Amino acid sequence: MIRDITLGQYYQTESVLHRMDCRVKLVGTLVFIISLFVVENWWSYVLAALFLALCIRLSRVPFRFMVKGMKSIVFLMLFAAVFNLFLTPGTPVVSFWKLRITDAGIRMALQMAVRLTLLIIGSSLMTLTTTPNQLTNAIERLLKPLGFLIPVHEIAMMMSIALRFIPILMEETDKIMKAQMARGADFESGNLVKKVRSMVPLLVPLFISAFRRANDLAMAMEARCYHGGKGRTQMKPLVYGGRDYAAYGMMWAYLGLCIVMRIVL
Amino acid sequence: MSLKLEHVSYVYGSDTNLAVCALRDICLEIPDGQFLGLIGHTGSGKSTLVQHLNGLLEPTEGKIFYDGRDIWDKDFSRRELRSNVGLVFQYPEHQLFEVDVFSDVCYGPKNLGLPEEEIRARARRALDLVGLSKEYDKQSPFELSGGQKRRVAIAGVLAMQPKILVLDEPTAGLDPKGRDEILGQIAHLKRETGISVVLVSHSMEDVANYVERIVVMNRGSVLFDDAPRAVFGHVKELEEVGLAAPQVTYILHNLAENGFAVDRHATTIKEARDTILAALRSG
Repeated sequence: MIRDITLGQYYQTESVLHRMDCRVKLVGTLVFIISLFVVENWWSYVLAALFLALCIRLSRVPFRFMVKGMKSIVFLMLFAAVFNLFLTPGTPVVSFWKLRITDAGIRMALQMAVRLTLLIIGSSLMTLTTTPNQLTNAIERLLKPLGFLIPVHEIAMMMSIALRFIPILMEETDKIMKAQMARGADFESGNLVKKVRSMVPLLVPLFISAFRRANDLAMAMEARCYHGGKGRTQMKPLVYGGRDYAAYGMMWAYLGLCIVMRIVL
Repeated sequence: MSLKLEHVSYVYGSDTNLAVCALRDICLEIPDGQFLGLIGHTGSGKSTLVQHLNGLLEPTEGKIFYDGRDIWDKDFSRRELRSNVGLVFQYPEHQLFEVDVFSDVCYGPKNLGLPEEEIRARARRALDLVGLSKEYDKQSPFELSGGQKRRVAIAGVLAMQPKILVLDEPTAGLDPKGRDEILGQIAHLKRETGISVVLVSHSMEDVANYVERIVVMNRGSVLFDDAPRAVFGHVKELEEVGLAAPQVTYILHNLAENGFAVDRHATTIKEARDTILAALRSG
């Protein structure tokens, strides 16, 4: 059930995008998102879609796999689109009861749907081709100049531990759920109060196990003399290669093109 | 009340690019009152198999019958099945959640919707069976020792009074004393109540002393299904799949190869002692 959500999941395969420096991918995703909100005319969206299609092709992640993860957010998109459809002022096209659909409303709703779709596919492309550890590593490196303001390394470490614990806790939930079902537990039927109460035998052992694991991990880290980020080096430091510079070049060219299109068209 | 598996196969993650076939074409029957040992190397499919026995996993292919009825039939109550086939998971102490030992053991029977008195009576009896006296009733389960916690968890399943008790690695992570205690209590329980017991383990030594039939699993299939003596005769094949026969079997095999007239098929230390003594006396 939970495993069906592909949003934020890593897809194991071999491709240019998988091998690319994670900083490029992170910055690239940010640039792509910014570009989506900079542009306003339809040709720019075609450009963005083409750029994304090229990246998907390079990533070798099956498109079907990405769309499967989109299902869970269709509702959110419909919600946003419907609100835009009815609440944007402009020349009315259709009106009934107290509602009216304006030409600007249709335009906004469509634009919103296209933006969100591209945004979600674009950012899930990053997580599909980047492991959580690479991602936090990239964040740590990119935020390094802010080291005097915030404990960058500690934040990155907390993020990667939190991400690492998600599958573990999911597995644990599954196990405890089954163990309680073997004792006749029923997690599905009954009203809300009954459902919430039936969660107690699941949540208490889950919390206990989370604390136990956190304790064990802290102990193991201390036993290996972990003391935060000061003076800590990396086994595989991130180094830009020629391909990464080329990717940066393409990215800035794309952003430039978007800005030009906005001014010219 | 027998449980019967017919050509059961199970595939994990069948719709992804990482599908793993955990069980292949398993046929197995667990008759009334049998003490069965299920043995296999890590990853051989033991735990997946036992989750099929009480309907927690649905086989990808094949059928499972309890008392002659298909357990995945639409009108078959799998909750009722779970009270008849009690499953004790690996590290069952991780499922404890109540404020005291007694209420935790009451959780199972309470889910069955039994009257209050019956629940209390069953919980008391289950705790007696695992050797935890009344003085533990009001203690928090989290303050007990590892072996005691495990016994509380086993009692939690016993309180449902299953007709078949399945224990997945009940001795994992216990010291030798705790292991002998748990196994001894299971054997005692088996004698006392006459229910069927399925004991899952990767250790031949654990199982050899207690069970009357051994099923050996390898890569999701049944490799051997026979009496312990017969299974331990296949020392070579067992070693090939990462298992070992009990130590006494090795000693007897070596003795026999060096000309002693011992019975190679003895599986327990007591039997081995008797046959060695007999061989020495006659020689």
